[in-house]
This record gives sequence, C-alpha cells and structure tokens, in this order.
Amino acid sequence: MEISTKHNHIVRVSKKRQKISKVFIHGFVILFGIVMLYPLLWMVASSFKNPSEIFSSVSFYPSKWTIDNYVQGWAGVSGYTFDSFFVNTLIIVTLAIIGNIIACSMAAYAFAKLEFKFKSVMFALMLLTLMLPFHVTVIPQYIMFNYLDWINTYYPLILPKFFATEGFFVFLMVQFMKGIPNELVEAAEIDGCGRIKTYWYLILPLSVPALVTTMIFTFIWTWNDFFGQLLYISDLKLFTVALGLRMFLDSAGESAWGPMFAMSTLSLIPLFIVFVFFQRYLIEGITTGGLKG
Amino acid sequence: MGKFKSFWKDNWIGYLFLAPWMIGLVTLTAIPMGASLYFSFTNYDMFSAPTWIGLDNYTQLFSDEKWLESVRVTLIYVLIGVPLQLTFALFIATLLNKGISGLSLYRAIYYVPSLFGGSVAIAILWRQIFGGNGLINNLLSNIGIEGTNWISNPNTALYTLIVLMIWQFGASMVIFLAGLKQVPIELYESAKMDGASPWKQFSKITLPLITPVVFFNLVMGIIGAFQAFTPAYIVSGGTGGPLNSTLFYTLYLYQKGFTQFSMGYASAMAWFLLLAIAIATAIIFATSKKWVYYQG
Repeated sequence: MEISTKHNHIVRVSKKRQKISKVFIHGFVILFGIVMLYPLLWMVASSFKNPSEIFSSVSFYPSKWTIDNYVQGWAGVSGYTFDSFFVNTLIIVTLAIIGNIIACSMAAYAFAKLEFKFKSVMFALMLLTLMLPFHVTVIPQYIMFNYLDWINTYYPLILPKFFATEGFFVFLMVQFMKGIPNELVEAAEIDGCGRIKTYWYLILPLSVPALVTTMIFTFIWTWNDFFGQLLYISDLKLFTVALGLRMFLDSAGESAWGPMFAMSTLSLIPLFIVFVFFQRYLIEGITTGGLKG
Repeated sequence: MGKFKSFWKDNWIGYLFLAPWMIGLVTLTAIPMGASLYFSFTNYDMFSAPTWIGLDNYTQLFSDEKWLESVRVTLIYVLIGVPLQLTFALFIATLLNKGISGLSLYRAIYYVPSLFGGSVAIAILWRQIFGGNGLINNLLSNIGIEGTNWISNPNTALYTLIVLMIWQFGASMVIFLAGLKQVPIELYESAKMDGASPWKQFSKITLPLITPVVFFNLVMGIIGAFQAFTPAYIVSGGTGGPLNSTLFYTLYLYQKGFTQFSMGYASAMAWFLLLAIAIATAIIFATSKKWVYYQG
C-alpha cells in the first residue's frame, strides 16, 4: 500500500513538473517564433507606412495607413509595370510545372514499374545528377541556347523541365510509385491494359499526391529562381517578378524602400497561398524527398 | 543487327518512358559537362574560337587574389553557416518533439522563412534590415547602442548573409522532426526511470539515434551552401562587395563567365567547385562510419 501511494506521489510530482516544463517550452517557442517572423511582419506593416516612417520607427503599426507604396511600386520601371512581371512569371511557372509533371512521371514509371536492361545503371546516373552543381553545365548550356538564338526567350527556363532535368522529382515519384502494389498493375494488364494505358489510367491517378508535391515545389523553386532568369532574360518586356524587384532596387536604390517593400510583399503572397493550402504536401516532400523550400 | 533488334524488342517500352529524361541527360547534362571540361583548358570568350592553353586556367586560379578571396568567403559561409543552421534546427525540433500541443502550427511558423528565404524579396529586406538606418540599428539605438552599417562594413557583411542562412533553418527542422518521431518512446521512459537528466537523454539517446538524419542534413546543407548565389548578389548589388567580403564563389563565377565572358576561366572555376563539393561530401561519407549510427 505504502509503496503504491509513494509511487503515485512521484508520478503526480513528475506530471506536474512536466506540465510546468511544457508551459516553458510553449513560451520559448512562441517568443522565438515571433523573433523569427518579426522581420517579415515588419516588412508587411512597413509597406503601408509613409516612407519617412520606415526609417524612423521600429514600431509595428503605421501611424497613418497608406497604399501609396503599392500604387507607386506597381507602376514599375520605365513603363513596364508589375502586371507584366507577374503574368510573365506565371507563364514560366505554369509551363515548368507541366514539363516536370509529364517528364518526371514518365521517367519515374520506367524506374519504378518497368523492367529493362541497364535500368540500375540509368538509375545510378540519375542519382548522380542530383549531386551535380549546375555550374558545370550552365556555361555550355548558355552557349548552346545563345547559338539557338534563345537568349531573351523563355525556352532556356522551361524546356529543360520537359526533359526531367530536375532529378529530385524523379526520385520522389519513384519512391512513391514503388508503393503502388504490383498486383494492381498485373490486374490492369490482365484487363487488357498495355503499359502505356497502365501508366495513364492507373499509375498517374494513384500518384496524385507525389504529382502535387512536385507541382508545389516546382512552383516555389521557379518563383524564387533568380540565377536562371538573370542569365537568360534582359528584355524588360519579358521580365519576371524577381528581375523586376532587382531592377527596382538598382534604379530607385535606397530611396524607395516603401514601394520596394510593397512589391516584395506582393511577390511573396503567391508562395504563401501555396503554403497555406498545400502545407501537407510540402511537409511530405521535405521529409520523404529531402526537398528544401 | 539481330542482337540489336531483340534488345529493342525486350526493352523498348522502358526506354520509351525514359526517353525525355535520357534526351535531357545527353543534351543538357552529359554533352555540356564534356564541353565545359574542354573549355576549362582553353581561352574562350564566346566570340572567337577557343584556344587550347592546357592547365593555365587552373594554375591561374591560385594566383588570382579575387578567386582566393571568394574561396575564403565561401568556406566561412559554409563552415559557420551550415553547422549553426543545423544546431538551431535540431534544438527547436527537439523542443517541439516534447509532445506539446499545437505542433503543426509551430512547425508551419518556423518553416515560413525557408519558404521565402531564397527569394529576391527577402534579400532586399535583408539589405534594409542590416543597413545603416535599418531595423536592427533602430532597435539597437533604443537601448543606446549605435550600430554600424552591417551591409557596407566588410567585417560584418558576410555575417548578415550567414544570419540569413540560419534564419532558414525550418526545412532542416522539419526533417529532424520526422527523424525524432522514429525514436522509440520507451527508450526515454526507461531512461527517466533510471533518473537520466534531459541532457543525458538527449546526448545518449536522441543524438545517436538521429545521426543518420544529421548526416543527410549536413550533406544537403553543404551542397546547397556552396552554391548560394541570390542573397550575395542582391545584398551586394552584384559586386560581392564591400571589399569582396560577400564574393560568393558562384557570384565570382557569374562575374567571370557572364559579365567578362571569360568562359574558359569560369569553366575551370565550375570544375573546381564540383571537385570541392565532391571532396567535402567524400569526407563526410568517410567519417560517417565513425559517427553515424544505423539501427539494426
């Protein structure tokens, strides 16, 4: 009897201690989270401030709300406005997504469900390309695209996706498709489906989660891409959001933080929307494929 | 001929599905790699034919002070930034793994910087925050400290970029969290029975069991950090300044290849980068037997 009450007492004390430590953890994690997000929140709030206030105050709330920064920022530079930058970026992103979905799923189906000679060699090659810094290919690619007269077009940014050059997605889909039971594939074949039909009617519909993850990451990476766009696009007409922001920074300099914050905020909104609606797929992509944001 | 025909008959369907990837592998990876290896032994400006100069580009690297500086800057960025980023990621992940409620909300909040961090918008924000009249100095002046212009001071500029990398620890944290979930809870329970302190539990149970995840994050983090470009380009306005203090390796490569059109030299730089990444990865792999613990 005595032992059991003592034991209960210990359990109760440790439960209490656990509760206290949990409160501490909550407090710390919340505080640290606020510190982390403060720069972002401050930028969003500052985009509604008068420019002079951005420098003078650390306070969060604008003393007087204004959307002037948005109006001025949206007007862009030299007659090219952010409508065109956003539309251009969306075109590139959409086509990149289509390319990645088609080409990567085809390659992944071959690796995951088909038998052919040299498959393991090919798969090893695919894994090797994952590690390859793109700098060793970018110079000849630039020369090639220049030779084809594709500088100042979107081909260099889009076409590679139709050839599954982003091996991460192939890898992600292979992992996923391997989980589709072979019995299902065999049943489809007994029902008279050829390999192509199996891919289209069975594998693709069942792989939707992996396809969505690929879509999301292609969206984020293409939206955030800067190097490729900087390299291939110099015509203002074709400018993307990233290039528009950078040009804005160069031309207006430090004098225009207000409009710059306004446009920076707008440029992050699409990413944020994707994040809010597809968080589950994002987390899944990070944990299974090691894809980073 | 007959052999080829039967090979094709057995394997055509696999290669049909693999065709786009294979075309990409050959035309966008293999041939360009061969070409850039060749260019790295030549003097080539894109406008006249390349001329063979043997190993000159490679030997020149070591007497190019700007290149040496870019190597130094990049090494500091990688060697300080990556371990710190992983430390933060693991620390917060461990806290979140204590069975507290609201885990997915916290995880989302900490992930947001990783989502945005690579963008031009955030690099612009960073330039303001750490500028002379920026947010940081305004905060500091409230407590009576007068800060420097962190961005234009060659002693601090690089560290603002390291802070930016650390700020994006969320993606690694998510991976750590997934790893921590795999650690059997019974281990902690029996350790608690034996009176092990939280630190003991962490260092004797948690850390050894998630070394495979540390390993993965370390390799990916190093490969990524060696190739960082956007923040340095935007924060320094493309120059790598002040005094080359933010001249990331890739930024110098960009300047050499695409503003000075020294394609041969830039190709040599690219191959050196590949070599550096391969060596760094090989070292981590080689030492991993000593510190990575695989269950079963």
